[in-house]
Amino acid sequence: MDTLLSYDWFFIATSLVKTLVIIFGVILPMVSYSVYAERRVSALIQDRLGPNRVGFPTTLLGFKKDLQLFLGGLGQPIADGLKFILKEDFTPAHVNKFYFWLAPILVIVPALLTLAVLPFGSSLDFDFIFQRIFGHGFGPVKMVIADIDVGILFVFAISSLSVYGIVLAGWSSNSKYPFLGGVRSTSQMISYELSIGLSVIPLFMIFGKLNLSAIVRFQAEHGWLLFPFTNGEFTWQKIALWVPCFISFIIFMVSVFAETNRLPFDLPEAETELVAGYHTEYSSMKFALFFLAEYTAMIAGSGLVVALFLGGWHLPFIPDGAGNGGLEILHHLPNWIWGFVNIGVFFGKVSVLIIFFIWVRWTLPRFRFDQLMRLGWIWFFEIALVNIFLTAGVLALFPN
Amino acid sequence: MAYVVPRPKLTLAEKLYLPAIVAGLAITLKHFKKALFGKGNVTMQYPEQKWDASLPEHYRGAPTLVKDEHDRERCVACQLCEFICPPRAIRIKPGEIPATNKFAKVEKFPLEFDIDMIRCIYCGLCEEVCPEQAIFLRKDYSITGLTRAEMVHDKAKLYELGGVMDGLVHKWNPKK
Amino acid sequence: MLNVQIDGVWMQFPRGTRLIEACAQANKFVPRYCYHAKLSSPGNCRMCLIEMGMPKMGPDRKPVLGTDGKPEIAWIPRPQISCAQDVAEGMAVRTDSPMVRDCRHGVMEFLLINHPLDCPICDQAGECRLQEFSVDHGTGGSRFLENKVKKPNNVEVGPRVTLDAERCILCTRCIRFMQEVAHDDVLGIVDRGSHSTIACHSDRKLDSNYSLNTVDICPVGALTSEDFRFKMRVWFLKETKSFCTSCATGCNTVIGSRENTIYRQTPRENNDVNSAWMCDYGRLNFHYLHSKDRLMEPVLKTKDGHEIATWEKAIARAATELKKYRGEEIGIIASGRMTNEELWLAKKLAEALGTTLHDIVPHFAEGDDILLSSDRNPNTRGAQLLGLASAIPGEHLGAIADGVRSGKIKALLVLGEDAVEAGIATDLLNLESLIATHILPNATTKLATVLLPGSGFAEKRGSMINGKGRLQRLNRAINPPGNARDDWEILRDLILAVTGHNGIYMIEDVFKQMAASVPQLANLSLSKIGDLGVQLPT
Repeated sequence: MDTLLSYDWFFIATSLVKTLVIIFGVILPMVSYSVYAERRVSALIQDRLGPNRVGFPTTLLGFKKDLQLFLGGLGQPIADGLKFILKEDFTPAHVNKFYFWLAPILVIVPALLTLAVLPFGSSLDFDFIFQRIFGHGFGPVKMVIADIDVGILFVFAISSLSVYGIVLAGWSSNSKYPFLGGVRSTSQMISYELSIGLSVIPLFMIFGKLNLSAIVRFQAEHGWLLFPFTNGEFTWQKIALWVPCFISFIIFMVSVFAETNRLPFDLPEAETELVAGYHTEYSSMKFALFFLAEYTAMIAGSGLVVALFLGGWHLPFIPDGAGNGGLEILHHLPNWIWGFVNIGVFFGKVSVLIIFFIWVRWTLPRFRFDQLMRLGWIWFFEIALVNIFLTAGVLALFPN
Repeated sequence: MAYVVPRPKLTLAEKLYLPAIVAGLAITLKHFKKALFGKGNVTMQYPEQKWDASLPEHYRGAPTLVKDEHDRERCVACQLCEFICPPRAIRIKPGEIPATNKFAKVEKFPLEFDIDMIRCIYCGLCEEVCPEQAIFLRKDYSITGLTRAEMVHDKAKLYELGGVMDGLVHKWNPKK
Repeated sequence: MLNVQIDGVWMQFPRGTRLIEACAQANKFVPRYCYHAKLSSPGNCRMCLIEMGMPKMGPDRKPVLGTDGKPEIAWIPRPQISCAQDVAEGMAVRTDSPMVRDCRHGVMEFLLINHPLDCPICDQAGECRLQEFSVDHGTGGSRFLENKVKKPNNVEVGPRVTLDAERCILCTRCIRFMQEVAHDDVLGIVDRGSHSTIACHSDRKLDSNYSLNTVDICPVGALTSEDFRFKMRVWFLKETKSFCTSCATGCNTVIGSRENTIYRQTPRENNDVNSAWMCDYGRLNFHYLHSKDRLMEPVLKTKDGHEIATWEKAIARAATELKKYRGEEIGIIASGRMTNEELWLAKKLAEALGTTLHDIVPHFAEGDDILLSSDRNPNTRGAQLLGLASAIPGEHLGAIADGVRSGKIKALLVLGEDAVEAGIATDLLNLESLIATHILPNATTKLATVLLPGSGFAEKRGSMINGKGRLQRLNRAINPPGNARDDWEILRDLILAVTGHNGIYMIEDVFKQMAASVPQLANLSLSKIGDLGVQLPT
C-alpha cells in the first residue's frame, strides 16, 4: 500500500457519495417537485392556476416578504413535506399492525433500488485534484451507482417486488377498498411485466448486452434507438430497425405507465371507485412513502426509457466525460465540465418525460379493468412477441 | 324489454386508439399554452379580489338581527327560528320587557340570542320563518375565528352585523 | 243504548251522552272553545255548531222509512250547538256539511275580529285552540276594517296568573272552573258588547290554590302562568307522564322539559285520582330540582373537613362504617318520599345489617277537601306496606332519638330526610357514622360522614302508592345533575358492599323481587302499572 487510498476504498467512497448525492440531492427533490409540477401542469391544462402562493419562508429569517421566485408556489413541496411529517400518524385499530407498517417500506425500497443501475451521466474525471492529494489518479468515475452487467434485468427483478408492498398494504388494512386496490394492483403489475419484458428483447438483439451504461454508450456511438441518425451515420439497417424499435418504445412506454400505476392505468387507487385504493387507511408519513414511491417509480421508469431509447446522457455534438466524441472545438474545456453537462442532459430528458407523464395523466380518462387486461394480454403480449421476430428478420435481412 | 344500444362501427384509426390519444394530448396542450401565457385562466385571486360588488340581492350570507327605524329590536323571541333551524345553530333565551320601557307593549324580547356559526348552514329558513322580519341573511360570508366561542355570534354581534332595516311591517306600532 | 246517525253512519251510545262527546267517540271531532268535559256547558262560543235532525214522523206517529229500510231524517234547517245537547233515539248529525263549515268559518272570523294576532309573543302559541281551529276551520283572512278594540293586557289577576284581555274569547271556562271546581267564585265578565272583559272581583285576587288550572283550560292565551310566562315555547317541551309527589294525593301530571330543564308541570286527566286538575302548590313544586345548591358529588368527611370522592370510594366507606357495628347499634331514618323500590331496598339493607330500628319522617300540613292532602309524604302507604313504617308513621323516631342521645345507636342511615326534623338535636348528630342521601343540603348532610347525592322525582323511575292505595309510576324526565345517582342504585350498591351479593341490574328487577314477596303487589310489574296507575287491593 503505497497510497493513502487504495482503489478498492476509492470505489466504495465514490459509490457512497454517488448514492447519497443522487438519492437525497437529486431524486427526492425531484420527486417533490414532480408533485409540484403535477399540480401546476394539471391546473394549467384545466385553465386554473395551481399552487402559486407558497414562497420560501424567508419571513422566518426576518425578511419582510417571503421569497417568491419566478413561478410562485415553489415553496409548496416544502410545506407539503412538513405537513406529511407533522400530521398525526394514525394506525387504525383493525389493521394487521406489523404488515401495515412494513408495506410502505416494501414499496419505497424497490423504487429507490432500481435507480442504482441507471447511468445518469457518462463519467467524471477529477484526477487533477486526486493527483495533488494522493499523488496519483484513479481514472474517470462512471456516473452510475452500480455498473452491473445484468442491468435491465436487475431493474425488472427489483421493480416487480414493489407489488408486494402494495398487496400487503391492501391486505393488512383489513378493509374493503384497500383490499380491492391491492388485488387490482397485483393482476395489473403481473400482466404488464410480461409485455414490458418482451418489449425489450428486440433491444437486446440490437445492443447485444444488458449493461445499461454500455447500452447508452452504444447509442452514443451508433445513434439513439428512437432517433437513429443522431451520430450522422446513415444505413439501411437503421431505417429498417426503426419500426420494431418504435413498436417496442410504445409498448414499453405504456407498460411503464401501467407499472407505475399512473393514469390511465391507476386502477389500484382509482379514487372514484376505491376511495384511495390500497393506501386508503394510511396517513401522515406512511402515506407519504406510498406517494414518494409512485413518483420515484415514475422517475426510474423515465430514466429507463431515456437510457434505452433516447440515448441516455448523450446529446449530439457534446463530448462525454472522458473527452471522447462531440465537436472538436469543445475539447478545449476540461472534461469534468462535460461530465456534468452529460448528467444535466440525462435529467433534462427525464424531466421532459415526467412532464409527458403528467400531460398524459390529465388528458386520458381511466381504463376499465377489463380493457386494461385485454390491452395487456391480448394486444401488447402478442405484438411484443411478433416484434421479436420482426427484429430478428430485419437483422437477418440487413446485416451490418 | 331490454334496450340494445348499437355499438358504433369503428375505423382502424379509431381502433388503434393512438391517434385519439395524440388528438387528446393536442387539446390539453392548447389549454396548457393558453393558461401558461395568462389568457385562459379564470381563477379569482381570493383575498385580493372579492366577489362583494357582484353578490346578487338574494345572496345568503351570515344571519343577523335587525332593528327598526325607532331603534326597537324587531325580534320578540318567538323561537320559531330556533325551532326551524335544521342544524340547531340558534339558541334563544326569551325575556320580558320591563314595564318602564317605551316598548313595553311588545312585552317580550330575546334576553340572549346566540347563533353558532360553526353549525349554521346558511339555509335561510330562519329568515323565511320569522313572523317579525327580525332576522335576515346579510352578505357577510367570511366568518372566521380562532376559538369555538368566537364563532358563536351573540346578540350584540348579530345586531352589529344586521344594523337597521326600515320600511318593513309595523305590527307593534299602534298608529299603523 | 240509543241509535244515532253521525255523518251517515248509525252508531249506538248510552243515554245521557253529550252529542259533542258522541261525535268525538265516532272520530268526528267537533271543534269547541267553551265546552269542557269537566265543567257545565253554557254554549256561548258557538264553535261546536252542527247540523241535526230527527226521524221524520208519518201521520201514524211512526218513523217514515226510506228505500234502504232506515228511517228518513227531517233535518232542522238551523245549526245546533252540540255541547249542550244529549243524544236521543234516531237522532242524526252532520259534522261536516256545507252549512256546518260555513258556520265554523263565520264563528272563527267573529272570534278573531278583536284578536291581536300576537302569536309570536303569546305563550299559548303551539297549543292554542284558536290557532288550531283557525287552520282547520278558518278562512285565513278577515273582512273587518275597523280598529280593533283595545283591552288591558298584562293584568295581574292573581299572584300566579296574568290576563291578556285582548286575546280572550269570553268562553268563561275560567269563571266556571272557579265556581264549580275551586269553589272560589272570584272571576266574572264586566262591561258590555265587544268591550266585555274577564275580570277579578274588585276586592279579591285570583289567589286560590287552584288558580293555575284556569291557565290550563283557557283555550287561548288570555290567561298565562306567571311561572311559565316567556320561559320556553311549548313545542320544544318533551312531555313525560308522571305524577305529583308533593302530597299523598299523587295527581297525574305531564312534565314539560327541554334539555334537562323542567319548565312546567301540567295536570293529566285521571278520573280516579285528580279528574283533570291539580293544585298550584304541587304544580310549582319542582323548582328545587334546579336549585344551584343541588348535591352533585359524593362527599366523605375527613379529619380536616370534607372531600369529594368517587362513588366506589364513597360506597366502600359507607359499607365499612356500617359493618363496624352490630345491628342494634344502627338506626335507619327513611322517607315517605322514597319510591317503593327504594323503600324495598332500604328494608333489605336493614335486614342485612340486622337492625329493626327504622321509620319514616311524617310530614303533615293543612290540606283541603279538593285535592291537596294533609299528608305531604307521597308514599306513606308504600312505606307501611313494605314494612319500613308502622300504621302510625314516625312512632319509632322517638326511640331512635333516644338511642342516639344515650349513645346506644352509633350509626345512623338517613335516607332523603333531615334527622333534625325527625327530632334528633344537631349536636347529637356528630355521630361517628352518619350516612345520608339527599338531593339538597340540610343540617344532616352537612354533618354526614358519607354523603351520597340522590335524584329528584323527575329524575328517576319508580312507583309510589298514594293515600287512597293507588299504585302509580314515576318516569324520568331529566337526568340527575352532576354525579348524582338514582337512589335505588345507591341502595343496591350499599347492599352489595355490605352483603357481597345480589342480582339486581335494572329497576324492573327490584319491582320483580318486591312483587314476589309482597302479596298486594303480586302479578304486577313496573310496566303493568301503566300511565293511570293501578288500585291495590286493601
